Amino acid sequence: MIPELGHFALILALVLSLVQAVVPLVGAHRNSSALMGVGRPAAQGQFFFILFSYVCLTWAFIQSDFSVQLAASNSHSATPLMYKITGVWGNHEGSLLLWAMSLSLWTVAVTVFSRHLPDAFLARVLGVLGWVSAGFISFTLVTSNPFDRLLPAVAEGRDLNPLLQDPGMIIHPPLLYMGYVGFSVAFAFAIAALMSGRLDAAWARWSRPWTTVAWVFLTAGIAVGSGWAYYELGWGGWWFWDPVENASFMPWLLGTALIHSLAVTEKRGAFRSWTVLLAIGAFSLSLLGTFLVRSGVLTSVHAFATDPKRGLYILALLVIVIGCSLFLYAMRAPRLAGGGSFGFVSRETALLGNNVLLTVASASVLLGTLYPLFLDALNLGKISVGPPYFEAVFVPLMTPVVVLMMFGPFLRWKDDDLAAAVRKVAPAFIASVLIGFGTAWAVDHVTWRTVLGLALSAWVVLASIQLLVVRLKERAGASAGSRLRSITASWWGMWLAHFGVGIFIIGVTLVGSLDQNIDVKMKEGQRAELAGYTFLFRGALDADGPNYDAARGIIELSRDGRALGTLTPEKRVYRAQGMPMTEASLDIGVFRDVYVTLGEQLPDGAWIVSLYYKPFISWIWMGCLLMGLGGVFAASDRRYRRLAAREATAGAGQRAAASA
Amino acid sequence: MKAKFLVPLLLFFGLAGFLAFGLTLNPREVPSPLIDKPAPDFSLARLDQPEQTFSLKEMQGEVWLLNVWASWCVACREEHPVLVRMAQQKLVPIVGLNYKEVRGDGAINARGMALETETGMAIERARTWLKDLGNPYVLSVLDIDGRVGIDFGVYGVPETFLIDRQGRIRYKHIGPITPDALQNVLMPKVEELRRAG
Repeated sequence: MIPELGHFALILALVLSLVQAVVPLVGAHRNSSALMGVGRPAAQGQFFFILFSYVCLTWAFIQSDFSVQLAASNSHSATPLMYKITGVWGNHEGSLLLWAMSLSLWTVAVTVFSRHLPDAFLARVLGVLGWVSAGFISFTLVTSNPFDRLLPAVAEGRDLNPLLQDPGMIIHPPLLYMGYVGFSVAFAFAIAALMSGRLDAAWARWSRPWTTVAWVFLTAGIAVGSGWAYYELGWGGWWFWDPVENASFMPWLLGTALIHSLAVTEKRGAFRSWTVLLAIGAFSLSLLGTFLVRSGVLTSVHAFATDPKRGLYILALLVIVIGCSLFLYAMRAPRLAGGGSFGFVSRETALLGNNVLLTVASASVLLGTLYPLFLDALNLGKISVGPPYFEAVFVPLMTPVVVLMMFGPFLRWKDDDLAAAVRKVAPAFIASVLIGFGTAWAVDHVTWRTVLGLALSAWVVLASIQLLVVRLKERAGASAGSRLRSITASWWGMWLAHFGVGIFIIGVTLVGSLDQNIDVKMKEGQRAELAGYTFLFRGALDADGPNYDAARGIIELSRDGRALGTLTPEKRVYRAQGMPMTEASLDIGVFRDVYVTLGEQLPDGAWIVSLYYKPFISWIWMGCLLMGLGGVFAASDRRYRRLAAREATAGAGQRAAASA
Repeated sequence: MKAKFLVPLLLFFGLAGFLAFGLTLNPREVPSPLIDKPAPDFSLARLDQPEQTFSLKEMQGEVWLLNVWASWCVACREEHPVLVRMAQQKLVPIVGLNYKEVRGDGAINARGMALETETGMAIERARTWLKDLGNPYVLSVLDIDGRVGIDFGVYGVPETFLIDRQGRIRYKHIGPITPDALQNVLMPKVEELRRAG
């Protein structure tokens, strides 16, 4: 009964999304406030029904109702409660429902936090979001109904994929989806602005916090996913350029460009058509990512069951949404010329340069991801594109991005003197190059990659410090406290996020250059050495869990005779699917991780144990954390709230005048 | 409308064309390295007479199918009626490779189970399945620990290998054989191999 209620609620949500898609747009066209007013309750009602539907599905998982096909294939009566709940999105149908739910949540957030927007504009935004929502809910209902029954019911479910039974998986998909789907708001704002022809600084200012928050979610989602891959897949790697990872990375790159482009549009009125195109592009790449993951066009570790009907449906959706918006863009963009003019040496130029580079980087990831498909389509054979391609393309593109990223903030808007600006940063730049060579030489690993990485990170750190000092000196005479307070949240956001990039590069460079790993055969009482650490194997014992059998190795870690703790890697076999899994055990430190996995047991009782030494790997995630934190700061700038309040009163006044 | 603003739209349509084509491809169609190579030889106990073994030589001179199955495999249940009909119509001889009957079943903890116990259990379970659903096989053999499956590169059950008169693998079908796949893919290949001698 409950699954049928969930199914019915989802159908109601579809009906409401269609109402939300049509009525407000008609209202905005006819300038009828009654019709425009329908958007808000429709969006909120839609969220209520999707949420209800989602709870019903979760209930089927919690109750182990194996007459529901999805629960039977992705849950098990012995699965821990937490993984019964997260199992709901650990599959195609459930994750689509999650997609639709997060879109609906964003829409409701727009209805709540954008009361100050002009009615017609809000109506158009809600209309656009309604169309996207209708597309996804109907996709779920028509091709991937999560409430399909399995009659007669089976006695026991097949359990959730053991790889997904992990704390990282509890938060990774919701964060990622909030990010992916969050770009739909920036997209809807852009389309609404194209429809109304109102692409001005106000539009950019409204879009900015939304875009930044979505970007923060996406950053966090990607970072958590990468962390999960690091400790759960048991290979010690943290990024694999897998098509599904790329699917989330492409919108991130374009979203980063979009954030910066919006800043220019807000401050200087320039780049308007370029900003709109980026807003459309970032969301299109989110949709494309969904297509790539869900249609099974590409294989990857995330491969899902392939159903051509699903692929076709979502491709049609893609063509309609992106095709229509790019057509609208082609119609309206030619009128957008103009905006603030700027000289060749100016902050605008630096931002434009980085935007172009980020876009090219995004395109090259797209090319690498789809290249096997292109070749196959042109009958040139089956190949796969791996990390060497991406690294070869990525390093040369990102190097100027990082250099410009720190140079840009030293430049003035509109026009600046190149010689003066270069003189300002030259000491930091030269020092960075020296530090790069010096550090690489000190760690005895002088390759161009290590030197480049270290020099770039030194550049980011030094220039960040210099930037902060310059900023603090600006208000001569004021007290230190008031100088600090005078810095806006959005400036701190920029500073932190850029600084985070530097921390991130340190991590990537050092773990790439200096990590060590060995596989050893160990018997009880035997020792192994790696990078100055001693590993003493104390044997393995049974450590069965609720839904798996496991052997747990006990390894004592020490350095120079000082005990550092016990590592307990596990080898598990999940009963329902008979799937073996390695659970790595980590000793996490600020400057290095020690990472151990347990392999096979040999006939003579010894175990194969893999030992890894990963210097500075935590810095990768610390960098991501700082970038995300920067985004939070930027989005929380008082300016948005103050303007919102002012416009709300102004808007209310206008409405009152109009109705009088 | 200026032409340059149409560029993104045109690029997107080009991309969409490729994606549409991509949907017609099957990325899971991994070319098996064993195609056209001699099938890995094995000698395994027969399900009907466990004291006797079966090896590839016994099928020499015939075009036949090696079908990988297990009673715990849900997709096999779906495939089984097709196999039974094939046997009734005597289309092509099918040998069953019963794959990890006990330890493949997640519901059973086979760790530490003695091999004799496991074999006895496997025979019982596999025979019950064939009695209940019909036996389409010339004979079935027991791959208790899945080693032969590894030699054949089995990565999911069911899978079916088409083997020619010389004992070479000529085709591998992944997943359940559907009536459609049987008629349009498998049987034409069987006919072709029979004509080729």
